[in-house]
Amino acid sequence: MVAIADSVPKPTARFRFILDRRDVFGSLMVAPAILYVLLLVGVPLLMAVYYSLSAYTIYNPSWRFVGLSNFIDIVNNPVFRQTLYNTFIFTFGSQILGLVLGKFGALLLLRPFPGRKLVRALIILPWAVPIALATVAWEWMFDSLYSVINWTLIALGIVTRSNAPNWLGTPHLAMLCVIVVNAWRFFPFAIVIFLAGITAIPQDVLDAATIDGAGFWRRNYQIIMPMILPIVAVGLIFGFVFTFTDLSIVFLMTMGGPVGATSVLGFAGFQTGINSGDVSHGAAISLFMLPVLLVVVVAMLRFIRRREI
Amino acid sequence: MAAVSTRNIVKKFGELAAVNGISLDVPNGEFMVLLGPSGCGKTTFLRIICGLEQQTSGDLLIGGDIVNDVPPRARGVAMMFQSYGLYPHFSVRHNIAFPLRTQRVPGAEINKKVAWAAQLLGIDHLLDRRPRQLSGGERQRVALARALVREPTALLLDEPLSNLDAKLRAFARQEIKQFQQRVGVTTIYVTHDQVEAMGMGDRIAVIDHGQVRQVGTPSEIYDNPADRFVAAFVGAPPMNIVARNGGYLGFRPENFLPKDMIKDAAFTEFKFRVDRSEYLGSERIVYGALEGFDPKQVITAKLPPAHVADEWIRPGEWHLFAVRNSALRHFDDDGKRRSRL
Repeated sequence: MVAIADSVPKPTARFRFILDRRDVFGSLMVAPAILYVLLLVGVPLLMAVYYSLSAYTIYNPSWRFVGLSNFIDIVNNPVFRQTLYNTFIFTFGSQILGLVLGKFGALLLLRPFPGRKLVRALIILPWAVPIALATVAWEWMFDSLYSVINWTLIALGIVTRSNAPNWLGTPHLAMLCVIVVNAWRFFPFAIVIFLAGITAIPQDVLDAATIDGAGFWRRNYQIIMPMILPIVAVGLIFGFVFTFTDLSIVFLMTMGGPVGATSVLGFAGFQTGINSGDVSHGAAISLFMLPVLLVVVVAMLRFIRRREI
Repeated sequence: MAAVSTRNIVKKFGELAAVNGISLDVPNGEFMVLLGPSGCGKTTFLRIICGLEQQTSGDLLIGGDIVNDVPPRARGVAMMFQSYGLYPHFSVRHNIAFPLRTQRVPGAEINKKVAWAAQLLGIDHLLDRRPRQLSGGERQRVALARALVREPTALLLDEPLSNLDAKLRAFARQEIKQFQQRVGVTTIYVTHDQVEAMGMGDRIAVIDHGQVRQVGTPSEIYDNPADRFVAAFVGAPPMNIVARNGGYLGFRPENFLPKDMIKDAAFTEFKFRVDRSEYLGSERIVYGALEGFDPKQVITAKLPPAHVADEWIRPGEWHLFAVRNSALRHFDDDGKRRSRL
């Protein structure tokens, strides 16, 4: 047998195809997102936790550990309890109002009519307009002197100039105003969610319900609503989290007033921690949102899982 | 008395007439199949009967009453959809009970009827499941139970077998047919599948371009097609139709035989050039062209059992074939069947 020298296998450069490896390339692609979350969410969160357990103020930047005393302070403070209550009212009020408006809007937009595409595009506007601009516009509509709402009510003879409502100056009305503005901002999102859900229902199911004798209401509440509930719940989680932590509308329109009637957690945390410089108490107020949101989100996610069909 | 009858029903979508004047009588207890290619208007016609669409003109009678303006729920018809349209968030029990609940039937009565329908279709053991936990065949039975539970005047089925795999389809075909015979409910069944139509229908209405081309029993449709459309649509492979003497001549592939096989009757002879031969196990189908006719027109022949296995007919060869005169069908140049010559 003639032995022919085997050609020596040439090793491929070890790192030449490194980017073809799924684990390496995948990690590389995810790295920026992980870094971003760690640096811009993780670090501030840890800092907030530490601040809330310390006696840190901008006048006395000490890192002295004080345990849970900041939390005990704020819970004992009736103003904070009012703020917590306000936050729930603000969140639930605007979510419910937004959902109702969203459902109606979605039902209207499902029916074909001339110009529907234009309306569908325009309906997104409240969501797309910068929040500061929109809020300033609303502020003028609720203004004590220049309110177009009041002008209209006076012109219609429903109220007189002397007993016209002072929208932003009366505690309950002010809360109503911030709820309305937030619902106005939220309802295009709700419409999109409802439209997505309703159009995903197979036509056969709706036709079957019609032939089985279900009228408009029964179709809506026994067929459509239960079927889109998981999607709506996901939308609601987003809405809930964003509203619960929101401070912009309150900050721009009422500054928490009158006498704290519209103060919400995000706003109070900002006022105490940044504007007043009491960083430790501000951090404690902000961190208070965490367990509340955690409970709500976990509960809703479990609900969605159970409803999955 | 006709359970369902229509008088010149027309349905237009804009300029397009999806249903273009259908008049049809479906007697009590009949299994009527609406057969036609996709887009021929058969589903639209069915949706008009159940009230999901409103006809542009024409009258619809159910149980002898004109129901043009009666809403779907009051028409007393039940419909089973192509993808069944089961309510995914309800249990099977609740699905079947739904049509009764909407009519505010008392609870005890509902339980009794649901049990009856479930037992009828053999789905008692599935009552507490959700639709997604069921197989295709089981879903179909649930949909049937839901349709039947309120004892409709007519049962409308819209391509109910198209979501099943081929094996299950053959089984379901037989099951639906037997079931319909046992219950005796008037049934209108829409399909584009001629095997379903031939195998299940008491009568078949062949529909094309929104019009009924022929109504008749499966054998009438197959043996005596009213026009070229019916002749070419029903049968697999379809009837061979060749132009001759200003009209058309049609003959089914299974009647197009080697000449020496026909001895007992008058026949017409053709010279057949074989182009391609397909062996399908139980049959052999041969494709080719006829001498003296359009050479591009493909003529099919289904060879009799004796010739299936041996390959004495090979591509490229010319053979003498013939059709018994009794098996020839003549059509006018406008496609209508000509009275026998």
